[in-house]
Amino acid sequence: MIGIIGKKIGMTTVYESDGNSVPCTVIEAGPCYITQIKNKDKDGYDAVQLGFEEMKEKNSLKPLTGKFKKAGTPVLRHLKEIRDYPINELKEGDQIKVDIFKEGDIVKVKGVSKGKGFQGVVKRHGFGGGVRTHGQSDRLRAPGSIGGSSYPSRVFKGQRMAGRTGGDNISVRNLKVVRIFSDSNLILIKGAVPGTKTGIVEIYKN
Amino acid sequence: MDKKINLVTASQIRNDIPDFHIGDTVAVSVNVIEGDKERIQIFKGIVMGIKGGGISKTFRVRKISNGVGVERIFPVNSPKIAKLEVIKHGSVRRAKLYYLRGLTGKAASKIKEKKRVRKVIEDIVSESNNNSGNGVSETAETVKENAV
Repeated sequence: MIGIIGKKIGMTTVYESDGNSVPCTVIEAGPCYITQIKNKDKDGYDAVQLGFEEMKEKNSLKPLTGKFKKAGTPVLRHLKEIRDYPINELKEGDQIKVDIFKEGDIVKVKGVSKGKGFQGVVKRHGFGGGVRTHGQSDRLRAPGSIGGSSYPSRVFKGQRMAGRTGGDNISVRNLKVVRIFSDSNLILIKGAVPGTKTGIVEIYKN
Repeated sequence: MDKKINLVTASQIRNDIPDFHIGDTVAVSVNVIEGDKERIQIFKGIVMGIKGGGISKTFRVRKISNGVGVERIFPVNSPKIAKLEVIKHGSVRRAKLYYLRGLTGKAASKIKEKKRVRKVIEDIVSESNNNSGNGVSETAETVKENAV
């Protein structure tokens, strides 16, 4: 699996030659640096560790700075590991750029969804809520019964209730790469991608 | 951040579409693909409103076709638009002309034409002022007479 780390910039429209408009997410992907290559003998599994987004040395932690120096990369803000990366002739300190993808590729995008705070069951789990009419009051967005009184006399584990919503790791598969701008490290992906603007996302291709 | 999006959209924004406003009567030439043939269809009507900006800017055109009101929304930057021609400039006081939907008969397709005399006079006045430097009111009056 190959992949890259990127930053979500926003959404826009792209017109195809036949006039259809395609909604796209713009992601600034890379340049990433290989900060470490893990192998089965030493680490127990094969993986490549990628770093993204340069930062000042004074803002980094000393042990991390040492790691980057050893790998010969700039000081980086985000680190992610990708398992079973086809290494071929890659070595530590190498750059990975957006041109590992091409237009028309089908990719998977991982990100952290927007946080929505404490939400009720209607928004959080898609419950139907109560009826509006027939003399009801205060039941419109209520969850209904959460357990019987004689049986089971308790609430089952895993009962879906209100609570913190969003801010989860979400991956979306089968997204299409619409366009790639290698010079400015931008990649356009059809449709929406989890997370906020300026949120960190990972793009993978098998 | 927006700068980076502009980088993506810049190449797709069309500069060949002329300036048009709400209330104008326009003829939009649309590329229509039928099977493997391509032809141009003209949609002529009044611009009811303009929505959005940048690459996703759209405009809504209304016409009366065989007694039935028809509205179409076009993206300004769509490659499907072969040509856009402004036929008449309209004078309206609204940003969205939804009231046209309630009108029937002759009123439904009629919009007061914009009088552009005033702007022409102003242009001429400013020009003549630059050239000579005579009394402003005097020149303005003579020009007005000429224009009328």
